[in-house]
Amino acid sequence: METSIWRALLYLVGIMAFAGLNAAYLGWCERKGAARIQRRVGPTEAGWAGLAQPLADGLKLMSKQLLVPDGVDSIIFRVAPVLAMIPAITSMVVIPFSGGIEARGMELSVLLLFALASLSMIAILLGGWASGNKYAIISSARAVSQNLAYEIPMLLTVITIVMISGSMNLREIALDQQGGFWHWNIFRLENGHFVIMWISFIIFFICSIAETNRAPFDMTEAESELVAGYMTEYGSMGFGLFMMGEYLNMVVGACLTTVLFLGGWDCPFGKTPGVWWFLIKIYILLFTVIWIRWTYPRTQIYRLLNLSWKILIPFSLAILIITAALIKVF
Amino acid sequence: MNEYWSDIFNGSKSLITGLLITAREFCKPVVTERYPYEVPTMTPLFRGHIELIGNEETGQPNCVVCGLCQRACPSTCISLEGKKAESGKGKVLTRYILDFTKCSLCGACVESCNFNALQFSKEYNLASFDKNDYIIDLLKRLEDQNQCKQ
Repeated sequence: METSIWRALLYLVGIMAFAGLNAAYLGWCERKGAARIQRRVGPTEAGWAGLAQPLADGLKLMSKQLLVPDGVDSIIFRVAPVLAMIPAITSMVVIPFSGGIEARGMELSVLLLFALASLSMIAILLGGWASGNKYAIISSARAVSQNLAYEIPMLLTVITIVMISGSMNLREIALDQQGGFWHWNIFRLENGHFVIMWISFIIFFICSIAETNRAPFDMTEAESELVAGYMTEYGSMGFGLFMMGEYLNMVVGACLTTVLFLGGWDCPFGKTPGVWWFLIKIYILLFTVIWIRWTYPRTQIYRLLNLSWKILIPFSLAILIITAALIKVF
Repeated sequence: MNEYWSDIFNGSKSLITGLLITAREFCKPVVTERYPYEVPTMTPLFRGHIELIGNEETGQPNCVVCGLCQRACPSTCISLEGKKAESGKGKVLTRYILDFTKCSLCGACVESCNFNALQFSKEYNLASFDKNDYIIDLLKRLEDQNQCKQ
């Protein structure tokens, strides 16, 4: 692997642009999607079809004062929103967008990604804790218990994938699934994995929604109970960074799901593989996440934990064992 | 144990049903009106503030200044004045002021009118910062309407 300065620069510019645009325009997509589902039109005033709305929102947030209230831990309070963004952007270093587009290949990229994913939970914990606000603290306690509960089934399904592919390198995992949708981990014909892997996919998808604290698992932001949860005391770009972090985590989750289950940049019919397939797949997944948000009401914290401990963890354990048996038998 | 499985099965089924419902709504046309760009047409029974009806040929108000509407109004919103007609027969309306701040749109004035001189307008753009905007000169309104027709 070459290590020229250009690669780092290209990564910085490319990923920052990709991350920034996604974070801004997913907000627009979310508002338009919500509007369509509720049979409204959504933002229309700023630009054509409201396309300048994210820019207007960004300008508005940037022009506001970054208020640090009395009684907060001022350093941690300022660091937390930044910490919410950093892991999401850093995660994109190891994501293989296509055979040739990857900032940095790494043997243990799956491990790195999950280590970084846990960091975004720390950002929520710090933000809530530093606020010194009861709602924020309850929210961050919820975030921690939720993330712990959902990391277990998520990692168990990832272990299944790693066993099938025999690698912890995302690129290798994607390369292992090339050549049409029957090679993808979700429908893998080989060794009869397709019988159970689709359940694994659903578990992983549910966990990625829960990990990013999206509805119906947005217990950390539950407006009806906690005002805005850990973001209660934040305004201006502090709030903006948390929001961008949330959307970026969604993007990283969709990228990861695509690489692990949907064959990465592979074409479903085994023809022209390329980055466009990767983008189509992640945007379908992101649309599904938005669709889910505007379909289901928020769940309750104990139901959320029940779902994880009573259903997802036993199922993912069973899938792990069955997959191991399948690999051993065939 | 049976309950556990049926919970999972029924839960998944209802989740998919929910997703299908929102997917269907997503494809249906929009029901909201883009208000300042799209102006709604009011239904025939819509009650805006009252307005005078003009004679179809001359455009002059049908009102004969009998004052029944003024007397019928429970909130004393209406004040009108008239003078003797130049032809010497009957009266001509010179001033008709509606104080819309007190009006409850009960319609007693419209009901009491025997000369087909009053009706409900279809006016609904009534927001204002100034209270005086709600003291409405109906005679002037009729003149404006006549000018618009020409």
